[in-house]
Amino acid sequence: MTTIAHEQLSEIAQQHRDEDVSRRATVFEVRDLAVAYSGAVALHEVQLQVYEKAVTAFIGPSGCGKSTFIRCFNRMNDLVPGAVVTGDVLYHGVDLYGDEVDPVEVRRRIGMVFQKPNPFPKSIYDNIAFGPRVLGLKDGLDDRVEEALQRAALWDEVKDRLKESALGLSGGQQQRLCIARALAVDPDVILMDEPASALDPISTTRIEDLMHELKREVTIVIVTHNMQQAARVADMTAFFSVEVSDDGKRTGILVEYDKTAKIFTTPSDQRTEDYVTGRFG
Amino acid sequence: MSVDSLRLGGRGGRGRVRGVAFQALLLASLGIGFVTLGALLVDVFVKGIPYLDATLLFNPPSASPQEAGARPAILATIYMMGILLVTVLPIGVGTAIYLEEYADKSRWYNRLLDLNIQNLAAVPSIVYGILGLAFLVRGLGLGRVLLAGALILTLLVLPIVIVSSREAIRAVPDSIRQGGYALGATQWQVIWRQVLPAAIPGIATGSILALARAIGETAPLILVGALTYVAFNPTLMGPFTALPIQIFQYISRPQAEFKLIAAAAIIVLLAILLTMNAFAIWLRNRYQRRW
Repeated sequence: MTTIAHEQLSEIAQQHRDEDVSRRATVFEVRDLAVAYSGAVALHEVQLQVYEKAVTAFIGPSGCGKSTFIRCFNRMNDLVPGAVVTGDVLYHGVDLYGDEVDPVEVRRRIGMVFQKPNPFPKSIYDNIAFGPRVLGLKDGLDDRVEEALQRAALWDEVKDRLKESALGLSGGQQQRLCIARALAVDPDVILMDEPASALDPISTTRIEDLMHELKREVTIVIVTHNMQQAARVADMTAFFSVEVSDDGKRTGILVEYDKTAKIFTTPSDQRTEDYVTGRFG
Repeated sequence: MSVDSLRLGGRGGRGRVRGVAFQALLLASLGIGFVTLGALLVDVFVKGIPYLDATLLFNPPSASPQEAGARPAILATIYMMGILLVTVLPIGVGTAIYLEEYADKSRWYNRLLDLNIQNLAAVPSIVYGILGLAFLVRGLGLGRVLLAGALILTLLVLPIVIVSSREAIRAVPDSIRQGGYALGATQWQVIWRQVLPAAIPGIATGSILALARAIGETAPLILVGALTYVAFNPTLMGPFTALPIQIFQYISRPQAEFKLIAAAAIIVLLAILLTMNAFAIWLRNRYQRRW
């Protein structure tokens, strides 16, 4: 049984999906990845691959562990007291959780954009320049800032007020500023944790258009609770769900991972179908 | 419910009388504090203004009221504030950064440290004076010198600076730290380039208010041996007095004129205090951020 909303969704998902991205190089190979916070398992043994220069979306209901999962890719979970990550995340074949890996180095290659825009309380210029400065990339800083803002489609709006506070920008501009900030250090991957959920529809569209542009050069991983958004932007989609045990403990699990068109039209798991047709969540 | 209950009178009327009475009571409480303070200020200003002149600011104390000033005390107070600034700020802010950014709060020793700093802020200043006498003057053999006075004031206001700096650091949203880390910054870079600059207005405000408290302190200075009569300019390692002690000394003299000079010295002390507080308020308003 399909609803009208779902028909639209599968239509959207089927447009622009001619190419099979799963034949591309693998950027991340996740094996048996599990995360526990202070002993409580938040995410149960996940396996999946993230492909190069594609958009991979994680969808699912609240509490399914999708945000926890995306934070494993740049070791942001290290900053959460009591978080324990087990299993492997291979990044171009190197285990990000290996003993010799420096999380600071990881984050230099794998950028992140957060749910709520979080510009630094500094000028627009200094926001973009922060990344290059901490990495010691001081040569041609002006060009680097301009390029990052161009790539984030923000340059024309801010070029005359680079010295003004970033906090004076609108929410959508702030979020594009955060994307520009991540781009300024030339990352290989950008992780986006619900990047448009705090924005209005027009700003959301701009962010989505931006993702289409950016995926020519970088690999994008996005968490979203908006299925339309996943259908519009993602090449690959992973559906996560929550399993509630008898004693009430909630654990996130990966239910199904496939090409976006497949997830939204002919999912192989009943739970995925229930979710995308709107009967659950 | 009938519409009658909407009419004035009845329970509503009684409630209104109580409300007015309560408001009057609150105003009266406010009035007691306000009138007392006002009377004190008027008294001090009426008596002190005629003596608020160059003699007071630039002359040393003297047996003759016409020539008596408070220069050594004013200078010593300024010196001590200067020393205080360079001792209390780095130690206080450093402690605050450690406790907020590095200390693992699940460890018992960090929690103990935390609790004790809060307690230290409430220790009476005379106790710090005894500590100064035993530890700085006698133990370290500094003697009854200005440096010992400044150091004991440092210890006295250190907890206040730590507590206010911690609050300022805690007020910096975590999203700023996360944003910094996500760009590949180290903890040192995140603290030094993001957290501290964002916390500086709060730290500065708290520190100025702490200094303002130190300026008025008398008890610990008496214990570490501030003299009441110093007719020469103070030096770091020499005998000293401070403005509040000088005021006390003038008031306790038998001649009536000295009480008026004391009033003038009080105006000087109040002026320094108000200037510092005003600067703190200006800083807070100027750099206040909304997240």
